[in-house]
Amino acid sequence: MNYEEKQNSIIEDFSMFEDWMEKYEFIIDLGKEIKLIPEQDKNDEQLIEGCQSRVWLKSEIDNGQMFYFADSDAIITKGIISLLIKVMNGESPNTIAKEKLFFIQEIGLQEHLSPTRANGLLEMVKRMKMDAIKNI
Amino acid sequence: MRDTSENNTSIEHIRSQFPILSQQVNGRDLVYFDNAATSQKPNIVIDRISSYYKNENANIHRGVHYLSQKATEDYELARKKISSFLNANDSSEIIFTKGTTDGINLIASSYGSMLNEGDEILISAMEHHSNIVPWQLLESSRNIKLRIIPIHKNGEIDMLAFDKMLNSKTKLVSVTHISNTLGIINPINEIIDKAHSAGAKVLIDGAQSIQHEKIDLKELNCDFFVFSGHKVFGPTGIGILYGKSDLLNSMPPYQGGGDMIEKVSFEKTTFNVLPFKFEAGTPNIVGGIALGSAFDFLESLDFHELHDHEMELLNYAEEQLNEIDQIKIFGTSNNKTSVISFNIGDLHPFDVGTLLDKQGFAVRTGHHCTQPLMDFYKIPGTIRVSFSIYNTKKEIDLFLIALKKSIDILS
Repeated sequence: MNYEEKQNSIIEDFSMFEDWMEKYEFIIDLGKEIKLIPEQDKNDEQLIEGCQSRVWLKSEIDNGQMFYFADSDAIITKGIISLLIKVMNGESPNTIAKEKLFFIQEIGLQEHLSPTRANGLLEMVKRMKMDAIKNI
Repeated sequence: MRDTSENNTSIEHIRSQFPILSQQVNGRDLVYFDNAATSQKPNIVIDRISSYYKNENANIHRGVHYLSQKATEDYELARKKISSFLNANDSSEIIFTKGTTDGINLIASSYGSMLNEGDEILISAMEHHSNIVPWQLLESSRNIKLRIIPIHKNGEIDMLAFDKMLNSKTKLVSVTHISNTLGIINPINEIIDKAHSAGAKVLIDGAQSIQHEKIDLKELNCDFFVFSGHKVFGPTGIGILYGKSDLLNSMPPYQGGGDMIEKVSFEKTTFNVLPFKFEAGTPNIVGGIALGSAFDFLESLDFHELHDHEMELLNYAEEQLNEIDQIKIFGTSNNKTSVISFNIGDLHPFDVGTLLDKQGFAVRTGHHCTQPLMDFYKIPGTIRVSFSIYNTKKEIDLFLIALKKSIDILS
């Protein structure tokens, strides 16, 4: 699947949920299950300090593909991060820097990316894109 | 105790004056438990703002025309109402500011400029950032020493430590009347008396207390008292700094501009009298007038009855919350206002707050602008519910159901 197809697939998954609770239960399960970053990498250099929750982000390029490792101390934030990583991992820096990231809005989670939410996610997405740009 | 909850028509009558409370959020009836952050506005305040702009808008002071004189009269009348409600010596001691933060910065800048190297300012460990950072700025610009009065684990100020810290170098004690995070009411009468005995002035941050306590400035005898209008049913962007007139007269102006001058020439400018000396520029006229209406609203209430109602909500909510497994309430003093800060096990406050929001509950999560206090308890933040006069026991019951549901989802 390409970048757009991966996003559409998540949108399709979310369209099956009937209410906010099912949606959040799914995100929370993602947040609980996935180990996203090795503990030793959760240092201050990787830390994005949000007002409400904290986020750690590390990125690598391998063979022209971007790979991200991230975590958060809040489960909902972590669940959304794992969706972002699912979409972005393995993509070229060019794709991540230039193509549109639209699924968050489509699945109704845009409030988590608003500057006032202060959960570190908006800054994280910016940094994910900046890391990609550095590798173009 | 008399039941003052939802069965009481007076609470229903009060609720009916707050139009925002009857709306839905995320498809659920809104329950507003974020009153420590800001209070909702009654119709009397909302309508006053609208009618001012519809019928009275003009710049105040020095205008000869009808509208300007009317606006000036109303603005000054608001000052008098607030002065009389708070029992100040004179309305010239009531200075309009942008809010609590602005008031503290005014004092830090003006009173602070009269301090010398080695002078000491005492604040407590539970202060809001706005009663920390202005003094830190002063510490670096004037070489004064900022000292922190410690608190006990239950959130109360360590008064023995305070006694020991007071000395002849103490020039100001600046403490909050009520902790915005813990809801604890500080023993400010004792603090003021002791500070005065040591020759220090006292600034009381009344941001939280103005809504919950009846303030009598003469009786309190503090030197400065600051609060924000929006915490007491008034608009944002307006607040009050009270200062004793002798003290305010001895202090240099804060900002220069219009209104604060008596006469300007390039050789020498002289300043206006109180309160105008500290009110440079066109003020928040409508804010001041509407804050006056908020005090009319306060005047119309039975303060003691509503205080009992808030205490009943506090006790009921604490009792019910304590039944929840792994709950930890921060600030366990008996002397509290209707604010409860808590965490549940190792659940992140942000996660709990997000799920509560989805169910229509407005609560605050995070560090509540008191990061040093969070460091003291070694936590990233708390979930804070804060009740006002229009909240009911029924809302607390609904909240507990929503909270338990959130815990189930997250566990």
